[in-house]
Amino acid sequence: MTMAKNFFDKIRPTFSKGGKLGWLHSSFDAFETFFFVPDRTTRKGGVHVKDCVDLKRLLIIVVMAMVPALLFGIWNLGFQHSKVFGLDWGFWQMVWYGFVKIIPLYLVSYVVGLGIEFASAQMKGHEVSEGYLVSGFIIPLIVPVDVPWWMLAIAVAFAVIIGKEVFGGSGMNIWNPALLARAFLFFSYPSKMSGDAVWVGGLSKALAGGTPWKGGEVVDALSGATPLSHASLDGLSQAGTSVMDLFVGTVPGAVGETSVIAILIGALILICTGVASWKIMCSSVLGALFVGWLGTVGGVTDIPCWEQLLLGGFAFGTVFMATDPVTSAQTETGKWIYGFLIGALCVTVRLFNPGYPEGMMLAILLMNTFAPLIDHYVVNANVNRRLKRAKTV
Amino acid sequence: MSDQIRLKKGLDLPIAGAALCEVTKRVAPGLVAVKPTDFRGMVPRLLVKEGDSVQAGTPLFADKKVAEMVFCSPVSGTVEAIVRGDKRKLLEVRVKADGKNEAIHFDIPKIASLDKQGMTSLLLKCGLWPCIKQRPYGTVADPQAEPKSIFISGMNTAPLGADPEFALKDDFNAIQAGVEALGRLSKGGVHLSLPARNFAGNELHKLTGVIFHQFEGPHPAGNVGVQINHISPINKGEVVWTVSLPWVAVIGRLFLKGVYDAHRTIAVAGPAAVNPSYVEVPAGVSMTDLAEYFGEGDLRIISGDVLTGEAVGREGFLGFYHDQVSVIKEGKYFEMFGWANPFRAKKFSVSRAYPAFLRCKKKYDMDTNENGGERAFLMNDVYGKVFPMDIYPLQLFKACLAGDLEKMENLGMYEVLEEDVALCEYVCPSKVEIQKIVREGIELMMKEL
Repeated sequence: MTMAKNFFDKIRPTFSKGGKLGWLHSSFDAFETFFFVPDRTTRKGGVHVKDCVDLKRLLIIVVMAMVPALLFGIWNLGFQHSKVFGLDWGFWQMVWYGFVKIIPLYLVSYVVGLGIEFASAQMKGHEVSEGYLVSGFIIPLIVPVDVPWWMLAIAVAFAVIIGKEVFGGSGMNIWNPALLARAFLFFSYPSKMSGDAVWVGGLSKALAGGTPWKGGEVVDALSGATPLSHASLDGLSQAGTSVMDLFVGTVPGAVGETSVIAILIGALILICTGVASWKIMCSSVLGALFVGWLGTVGGVTDIPCWEQLLLGGFAFGTVFMATDPVTSAQTETGKWIYGFLIGALCVTVRLFNPGYPEGMMLAILLMNTFAPLIDHYVVNANVNRRLKRAKTV
Repeated sequence: MSDQIRLKKGLDLPIAGAALCEVTKRVAPGLVAVKPTDFRGMVPRLLVKEGDSVQAGTPLFADKKVAEMVFCSPVSGTVEAIVRGDKRKLLEVRVKADGKNEAIHFDIPKIASLDKQGMTSLLLKCGLWPCIKQRPYGTVADPQAEPKSIFISGMNTAPLGADPEFALKDDFNAIQAGVEALGRLSKGGVHLSLPARNFAGNELHKLTGVIFHQFEGPHPAGNVGVQINHISPINKGEVVWTVSLPWVAVIGRLFLKGVYDAHRTIAVAGPAAVNPSYVEVPAGVSMTDLAEYFGEGDLRIISGDVLTGEAVGREGFLGFYHDQVSVIKEGKYFEMFGWANPFRAKKFSVSRAYPAFLRCKKKYDMDTNENGGERAFLMNDVYGKVFPMDIYPLQLFKACLAGDLEKMENLGMYEVLEEDVALCEYVCPSKVEIQKIVREGIELMMKEL
């Protein structure tokens, strides 16, 4: 403690106003407050004591909640790769493969994203907000693992600058930055983001090169397709995927989204700590079940409604992205409506758009857009109640 | 009518150092001060100069806008100092007591013989009008206004707050006279809220001429603003008046004894207080008279409670509306990886992000550390949990920030004062200064409307 403290005390004058590196004040502050809760005391005209929770704490819990999904995803990367290429890999080989694949994505995500956050805080003279810690953690979990790094860098830059900083930074943004990055990739570079091959590490490259993997033949290129894209065409049973596979997550897909178990652990952490809204999660599940049920009744699909919850990015989106407190509905009633519509829209897209079966991303982004409208009507009900009360008196 | 109103939202702050139910000192009048800054929007006109001798009840200054509204000296003695701040703003009028305890004897008619006009001019003349606050805005009541009703909170849920049942146990007759006097001011009657627990056994339940209400729940259930919101919410164009219970007793003493007698029993409490207990003091008492209750070291001495009070320092004075002094440590220290510590056993958090909710009996040695840096509003569900009114708090704060008067009005700005949102500021993980935002919103409304 004292050594680190002395170090910061020693370099503080350099970074303070008037110091040699005074213009880097915000960055210094960000690092110092990372190591030490600052010695600032409550100010005049406000409360004198404050709760010990801060945004760092809340956001680190969100990150912790995603760790099970990440760990599983790392192993699953290796597992899917070895399966498709017919490799006889052990557990640690699979983990190592996934680890090597995912680390560069995290580096790109955080270096670019935090770089822009720091620069923009520096320019505005603000403190650096922690919001990107979560977005930066999510992005590698929802993009194809083979996405070129420069593409990811551009997507992150787009999400942070256009999605967040132009609105004034964390807390002011309209859309979830992580999803914005994914949407940017999807619409700008569709060939890298969709199709059957992109969700297994190394597969698209091997196919494009025409030469199979050195170690052997590609067993079955189609096994790289996610169960969701199969399911949308042929029904789940033809996809050769059991419900158990979907639940555990041993299927191809984005790194974080495949294992429903791991995501449920995360959901449990978020709900128990009260960091994310259980109302949104709950209503999103209800919405998906409802439309999934309508689909089966109407004969649009053979997939039972509850299997919709296991497919694709639904679970991950519901737990970690629909619940983003900034971009979701802000009122408690609004949260029920907002979540329900996300689930409903997601399954609707799946049922009626076989060309692009993954509806979660667009469902959330669309509802992000409409969340202020939902809130407007909820709040207006309160306003009208007040006006009515004034009239009746 | 005394339906029980149960509030679920709110928070009883588990702060250590509650006052023992015992009066451990009676402070004889020494140095006291009346602070014009305690009255929002009031521009004072000074009526005395340094060296003037005054009695209890001698006007020290008056309101420039309402010339009859005077603010009196609570003790007899000489005006020792007139303290001014920037731009010669009048901050304090200090009176040094002479120990003679002389008071002006007012000519007091029978309460029943006074109408609203008569009661108003009597209270104005005797310097007791300023203890009536009005809502909206929390200013001293406008004597010309017609209040819908008058509200008194008979309970104190503020952290370490003085228990009115104990602090005012000898003042029953004065309170009775006080509520009768206030009853002359409004056709809507005088509403008194008492804790639901032991409602029938409460000494104050024996009062006559008041409308009782029962409240149950955590802080801010004892805030008069919250009670009004549940009993008879303030609509646009309406005015209600509120008086704190100790001041009701002071009004009552005027009618019983004919003098301005503003002594009160306050709680001196807090984790850094020595021997936290009750003390009988003159109004505007100097903190130097209470020095024995403050420990050593870098402390913050707060006139009022830790959520809404004013830091006055060891040389400061008790605020006009305050009936407690809170003593806590200054939290000027760094805490390595505090936010990452899974337990953080010495700190309290209402958030389940810390395991503090498992240590439900523990009382905490709270200090003034902010526990984080200021950020934009991020979380949206934390404020509603400690704000028991039918109002959307976050939306209201944002309307205040934007200075959007129409929205503020529609979202219920007339119904809140800073004290009602103090808990929102306490729990805010973004460390936003919410009371300041609301204060500036109120000031904007006063200016523009």
